[in-house]
Order: sequence, then C-alpha cells, then structure tokens
Amino acid sequence: MWWRSASFILDRQQEQNAAVPPNPESLLLSSPPPSMADSLQNPKPDISAYYQTRAAHHAVVTSDWLAQAHAAVSIQTDDDDSSVIDGKIAPAAGGRGGDKAFSVIDEFNSWRKQPDLAEAVAAIRALAAVIKASQATTMMELEIELKKASDSLKAWDTTSISLTAGCDLFIRYVTRTSALEYEDFNSARSRLIERAEKFGEISCKARRIIAMLCQDFIFDGCTILVHGFSRVVLEVLRTAAQNKKHFRVFCTEGRPDRTGLRLSNELAKLDVPVKLLIDSAVAYTMDEVDMVLVGADAIVESGGIINMMGTYQIALVSHSMNKPVYVAAESYKFARLYPLDQKDVGPALRTIDFGVPIPSKVEVEKSARDYTPPLYLTLLFTDLGVLTPSVVSDELIQLYL
Amino acid sequence: MDPRRTARTVSDPKVRQVGFFTPAAPPDRSASDLPRQQDPIQPKSPSSTQVNDHSTSGDSLSPVMIPPPHHHSDTVPRTALQVTSPKTAVSCSSRTVTVPTKNDGVPSSFSPGRKIVTVKSPSSYPGVKASTVPASELTTVSMVNLPSGISEKAGGASVEVQNDRPVSSKTLKEKTYKAERRALQEAQRAAKAAAKAEGTKASTAASKVMTSANTKPSKAAKTSSQKNDSSQVAASEKKIGERAPEKDRKKDAPHPRMQYDDTSRVEKAKKRAVVKQTEVRNRVELFRHLPQYEHGTQLPDLETKFFELDPMHPAVYEVGLQYLSGDIRGGNARCIAMFQAFKEAIKDYSTPPEKTLIRDLTARISSYVSFLIECRPLSVSMGNAIKFLKNRIAKLPLALSEPEAKATLTSDIDRFINEKIIIAEKVIVKHAVTKIRDGDVLLTYGASSAVEMILLHAHELGKQFRVVVVDSRPKLEGQLLLRRLVRKGLSCTYTHVNAVSCIMQEVTRAFLGASSVLSNGTVYSRVGTACVAMVAHAFRVPVLVCCEAYKFHERVQLDSICFNELGNPDAISRVHGREDISDLDGLVNRENLQLLNLVYDATPSDYVSMIITDYGMIPPTSVPVIVREYRTPVVLVSDSS
Repeated sequence: MWWRSASFILDRQQEQNAAVPPNPESLLLSSPPPSMADSLQNPKPDISAYYQTRAAHHAVVTSDWLAQAHAAVSIQTDDDDSSVIDGKIAPAAGGRGGDKAFSVIDEFNSWRKQPDLAEAVAAIRALAAVIKASQATTMMELEIELKKASDSLKAWDTTSISLTAGCDLFIRYVTRTSALEYEDFNSARSRLIERAEKFGEISCKARRIIAMLCQDFIFDGCTILVHGFSRVVLEVLRTAAQNKKHFRVFCTEGRPDRTGLRLSNELAKLDVPVKLLIDSAVAYTMDEVDMVLVGADAIVESGGIINMMGTYQIALVSHSMNKPVYVAAESYKFARLYPLDQKDVGPALRTIDFGVPIPSKVEVEKSARDYTPPLYLTLLFTDLGVLTPSVVSDELIQLYL
Repeated sequence: MDPRRTARTVSDPKVRQVGFFTPAAPPDRSASDLPRQQDPIQPKSPSSTQVNDHSTSGDSLSPVMIPPPHHHSDTVPRTALQVTSPKTAVSCSSRTVTVPTKNDGVPSSFSPGRKIVTVKSPSSYPGVKASTVPASELTTVSMVNLPSGISEKAGGASVEVQNDRPVSSKTLKEKTYKAERRALQEAQRAAKAAAKAEGTKASTAASKVMTSANTKPSKAAKTSSQKNDSSQVAASEKKIGERAPEKDRKKDAPHPRMQYDDTSRVEKAKKRAVVKQTEVRNRVELFRHLPQYEHGTQLPDLETKFFELDPMHPAVYEVGLQYLSGDIRGGNARCIAMFQAFKEAIKDYSTPPEKTLIRDLTARISSYVSFLIECRPLSVSMGNAIKFLKNRIAKLPLALSEPEAKATLTSDIDRFINEKIIIAEKVIVKHAVTKIRDGDVLLTYGASSAVEMILLHAHELGKQFRVVVVDSRPKLEGQLLLRRLVRKGLSCTYTHVNAVSCIMQEVTRAFLGASSVLSNGTVYSRVGTACVAMVAHAFRVPVLVCCEAYKFHERVQLDSICFNELGNPDAISRVHGREDISDLDGLVNRENLQLLNLVYDATPSDYVSMIITDYGMIPPTSVPVIVREYRTPVVLVSDSS
C-alpha cells in the first residue's frame, strides 16, 4: 500500500479509525447513499451512459459491438421508430395526451439516440417535451415541474456534464427570460417549446460558426493533430477542405473506442491526407505538428476543458513543445464546474476491451475523460467567438449570475 | 475615500464640520475652532448665553477684524466644555472603551480632559496591548475630578484658550447675517492668494496669537507689523491661516494612499492628525512611502484627547482605539466594527440647522473615516464598505425626513453586513466544502474567518480530513484558529511558515484567506500568504483563496511595495516571551539598521488556482468581471447553483 503522506502513521491511524466507525454522527452524515426513485435509477450506474452513447455514435464498429447493437435494436426498434422517424413533435404530443407515465428520461434517451444531436440538445429537447406534457397552468408550476425533471435527468447520468449543462442552460432560460412573465401562460409555454426546438438548429448553426471562425487559423501546409472524434472538429476540417486549404491531419487512435479511426475514415472521404497514430506516439510526432485541435465534452469555469482521455497529455506535450492547442466547442458545453485536478471530476467509467483476458488482480483505469487546465490551452473556438480560456468564466458569470 | 466628493464639500462654505485637534500642536488649534462652530452639542451648553457677552472677542468670523482682546473669563467657556464632556462620555458608558493609560506620557501642556484622565490612570501601561477601562469608570472619574480641574485652571488662565473659542464663534456665527458671511467669504477668497505662499507661516503666527491669550493683542499687532500691512489684512490672513489647514484636511487628509515620502504632504497631514503617531526613524528605503509609526506611544495620548474630540462619536472613537491597539483585526471584523460604530453615530446624529443631512452626514462620516485612517490604514473591505455607505447617503431622497433617513441608513448598514459579509461567508462555505474530499490534507495560513468556517462546516458534514495550520511570527494568529479547530475535534498539525516546504508534500489543498483581491487576480493578504501559495504551486497543490466579493477592488497591483502597511518593527526585533533573546537590544535606533515588518503581501494570480467568493468559484482572471458586474452596491447575493 502506498501512503500518501510522509506522516503516514497518521494516515494509517485514520484508516483504522475509519474501519471502526469513528463517531456515530459522522457516520450518519456520510453513509446514506443518495437515494432516488427506482424508476430513475440508471440501469448500469458504474458505467457512464454518456460515453456509451458516444462510443455507439462515433466509435469504429467492432464485430461484437455490432452483435450487441443488433440485439439492442431488435428490442427497441418499434418505439424508436415512432419517436424519431416521423416528425419530431406530432407523435410525441399526440401520444402523450393520455399517457400518464411520461418519463423525461425516456424522452431524453430517445433523443440521445440520434447521432447528430448533441447530448445537451437532447436534454433540452427532453425538457421541452416536459413542457408539452405538463398540465401546469401557471409559470411557477411549470418552473417547478421543469426543475424536477431536470434534477431527475441529472441524477440519471451524473457523469454527463453536457447533460447537466444543457439542463441548467434551459432552466436558466426559462427563469431568466423576463418577457415570459408578461405574456399569458399559453403563449409563454409555446415560446419555450419553440425555443427548445430551436436549440437543435442552434447546435448545428454553432458548428457552422465555429468552422468559419477556425478557417483563419488553418493555414496552407499545416499539420493538425486531432484527438478523438468531435463533430465540431470534423466540421472545421471539412470546411477547411472545402475551402481548398492544404493541410495534413494526424489522428490519434483514440483507444479504447478507437474514435480516431472513425474520424480518419471521415477525413479520408474528404480527400484530406490523414495519418493515424497510436495514442502513445503523440510526443514522437509532435515536432511535425503545427497545432492541436480537439473538441470538448465540457468547458469548465476555469477555462479548462473536460475531454476524452488523453487530451491532457497531448496538451502537456504540445505545451512543452510550444505548439498551440485549440479547442472547438459549442457554447452550450460551458458548464458551471470548477475541477481543481483530475480526480475532482466525478469519474465517468467505461469498459475497456484489451483483447486478452486481464487477471482479476490487475486494476484497470476505466475513466473515460480527463481535465485539461486552462494553462495548456491556447484558444477556444466557440460560437460566441474565439475566446481565451479566461473568458469562459466571464461568460458563465454573465449567464448564471 | 472619494476625493471628488471631499473637494465638493470644500467649496461649500457651510460645511466646516471636520476637525478635532490637539492643543499640543499650535497650528492645529487655529483650525480647530472652525469645526467647533458646528458642534451640535455646543449650543445646548448652558453657558452659551453667557458667552454672548464676549462674542466680539477676537473672532475670525467678523468681517471687520478687531484684534481679539484678552479673554477675561476662562472659566466660563471651560465649564461649557466640561458640561458637555461628561455627556459625551455618558452616551458611551454602556460599552467598554479600551483606554490604556500611561502616566509618563502626559505632555506638559495639558488640557482639562487630559488632566482628568491622568489623575486616575493606572500606574503601568502594558506595552501595545490595551488595558480595558470601562467607560463608566472613566465618566465618574471625569466628573469627580472636574471641579479641581476647573479651579486649577482658573488660576492659570493662559493655557487653554481653545476651549472657549468654539462657543463664542458659534454664537457669533448665529449672529452673522448671510450678507455678512458672503462678504467674509469674498474677503477670504481675495486674501487667499496672497496668503497662500506664507500660509503655514501665517497660520502658525495666527495660532500663536491665539495660544497665548495674555499676549494676544500685542502679538497680533506684531504679526501685522511684520506683514507690513494693516491690521485688517493681517487679521484676514490669520483667518485664512485658520482655514487653510482645514481645507487641506478636506482636500487630501483621508487619502488612504498618501505617499509618506512626500514630506510636504506628510507635514500637512500631520498637522491635521488627531492621532499623533510617532514615526519610526529608520525606515527601509523601499518602503518610505508608507506610514510607519512607533506603536504604543499614541494610545495614552489619544485617550486623553477623548473629551476634546467633540465631533467624534464615542463609538467611532472606541473602534479607532481598538484598531490602534490591534484588538480588532481581520478585514471582516474591522469592517463590521466600523459599521456598527457608524450605525451608533447615525443613530445619535441630528442634522445641524441650516444643513442638509445628505451633505453634513457625508462630511461627518468622512471625518470619522479620516480618524480611523489615522488609527490604522483602511483595509480594502472597509474602503468598499465606506463607499457603499456614502453612496447610500448620497442617494437618499431629499424628501425623506431625518428619522426616516436615519432608519434607512441603519437598515442599509445592517443589510450590507448581513448580505455581503455574513451570508456571503455562508455561500463561500457551501461552495468550498464541495472541494473537500475524504482523506484530504488541507493547509491554511494565518487565521481567516472564512477558512475557519469552511473547515468547521466540512467537519460537521463528517468529512474525514486533516488540517495543517501554518503560522508565522510576529502575530501568531494561527494559534487562535488552531485552538478553535482542535476544540471542535479536528485533527490538526501546527507549524510555522519556515517548515511549509516540508509539510507541503502531504497537503492536497491549500485554503487561504485574503484581505482583498485586486482586479488582475492578485491576492492581497496577510504577509506570508504569497510564500505559502508559491510553495503550494511548486508542489502542484491547488491554492483556493476564500474571499467575499465585497473585498474585491478594481485596483491593479503588481507587487506588495507600492501599497502596503508597515507594522510595528519592534514586533520582529523582539521575541515575545523570550527576554533572553536580546541581540537587537539597543540596536533598534541605529542608523544602519532598518527593520521591516510588512503586514500584507501580494500573491500573483499565477499561484492561485481558484477564488471562492459568494458568486461562486471563479478563476483569478474573472475578478474584474465580478467587479464590473456587481459595481452597484445593491445586489442581492444570488445563489444559483
């Protein structure tokens, strides 16, 4: 056992104290796990739903995954069709009239399945569905209902920062928009729904804006290192390719989802020269790289980002080699979170397939994401403009306070 | 302090409110009588009618200046003063005033008030530490001793002319008509330019004239002859001499950032000062622009002046003394104490006739503030709080009646204390606790009230963590914190800052308090904080600074030199409780030895991971956003988490 402090005797004592309950009071306060309604329980709480979805959407399809997916689809196919394929609102609204057991989580999950829809947007759509289904007659009631729904959504997948951010954003919009107070309830309600539906478009539009903003930074003959699969990054590179820029892309493999493979596929379709690297070859190739471009799962208050595992080490390497690190992310990924270090973010676990059986004694680091401090980021490309990391907090303060 | 506002009050001839001066310094007394005209207590004094008799007695305000005749009766005005003084004392008798006393500190030129106190003062004066004497005792003392003081004074009539002056001038002022006053103003203005060059000289001369009442006519004549002018001009000059220091006072007195190496300004400031701080002789070259005083000498002196400082509210006086003695320290404590005192003062305030509450109260608050500055330089928190209060006063609707206005202000003050300090701290605690995990080792430096609350709250929540309290000489504030933490059952380690690099490797979070956070993210805090933060940064330990948003300041500071406070150099040359360490004895005043005891230092924002404030957890780069967004003082602390 490795002891954290030099005065490890104290640590050991505390360990022993912890084994024997130190005092009933503290035990009481710390022990009860956060209980929630059974229906809201995430079926697999130890595995991040967010990263499962990401893997499903962006990872390279392996044969066993395909088998699993087929199995899953065959079960779910009927209700998926109803909500996704025909128009988005009509069946939902119609079907829900008599349906008492409306669950915001089901709604969210159905939205989440669309590969092109960001998680935050899915959350907002789900909340819009709550508004639609709600029988509230006053704004206050609606707000309370929304708050409840968003809390249950957040509790369903605590690992997903974009889900939380999306919920917060929408709640904020509802409570903040002063115009709503002066309208009658029905028109205010329809405005909210309209707004929520617009979010989907906004998210697509945000990607376009970001892609346009990035063009100034991609110059002819540059080499871009990309980590993971990000829709925004893909959009940026696609736009650059369409603008006839000559550039080269290095894709990391992105173990264990191998999302990098997916990105390299997409880029190859655009005739962009792509080179695949294994994740450990980043430092080896860094001297050839002109810039690092990554997406983000979330942009946190410090101005740092939370992104797929490996972003931090890439940022560290490029910082030490004085290469710029650019982050492309939509502004709805801004989250009111302030991690101080890696472990400060709640871990989002996922299964890792090593291809060979791992002895049970061997521990596996299963976290799916890491936190990159703002110190190592050069610029953030968002739909609000090109920002330095420190502006993120300003925007968040203006948004939330 | 808002210099613009003070300047405006200068241009207003009605407001001559500010002032409380020691008779020991000749130039001051000339200035002191003007403010006394406005003293709200004076007209109530029973002797005011009597004094009407000699209202012509050489007062500065009469448009045609007659050399002031000899004051026949010194006893009458003195009784006037002494009738009022117990009243002042009574009003504060419920609280305890820290009034340390010292026998040998009595100057030869005494005032009745001073005399009273020294008669009964305890024999020993315990260093810097203030001995607390209940005010009630003080009051009785003054009353018991009063007759003797008078009788003694009746004989030696020459010393205290000052005390009767306000009464006479007050009555005179009541008599002067508006036109007369305007004429007077014009005369002053005309003579101002001429007098400016020799302003101080003239004032000194004029004050001399007034000091020695017996020789006054002759001296006045002498001055006028020296000036080769008619007596009238001399008189007007004298009058300007009287006014000049007052104007100075208003213009630049309470400037909290006066450069103390600017000798002329320091001279001016000194003349105005109530608190006669003796300056330390050997100051470190780099820090000459900061005020540095010999601590411990001014307290008995100040306390004797208690009855002379009529415009000073006893509550404010008490707080000032407590600042001086170090009984109240820490940004929040000082700010709350100041506001409580102001609240008392506002409660007892009544607008003098011919004045508006808004202007007069602002001026009065300014005078209180400048007194407090003399006791100890303002902290940023206090500066912001004062700004808030003045803003509130200025924004009072004119239609508001006096009791209403006072009630509004009192509730404003209460709200400020509640919202910006008490609730803010709770919000900070709520945020900060989320950053404490089981198994953490938290380091803190000095004693910050916010950090203490965080630690205690986290402990209440049942989090398992250890605390390292880092402390430093000379104040050893950490011991108090340590005591409270240990009593609550937290497991603590106590060490001095010397060992911080050793202890840092086992620390997981460093929680630091702050006196202020400046808009470039620099954290201005107790000296030693920067060192701790830097070591923590070097060890990759996140540094969390806990600071209420009302302590944020838009100033930018790059070092801890240009704005700081110098503590008592004795504190570092001596080790408390170790008399055997006497290596520096007798060396302190040597020319080639400079002792530097800084009170604050500036931590660059690079070393700060996060600032926890009542608006949430923000990076140090976002301080200007908070400063900008919440400039308006009336913002409810919103909690949106």
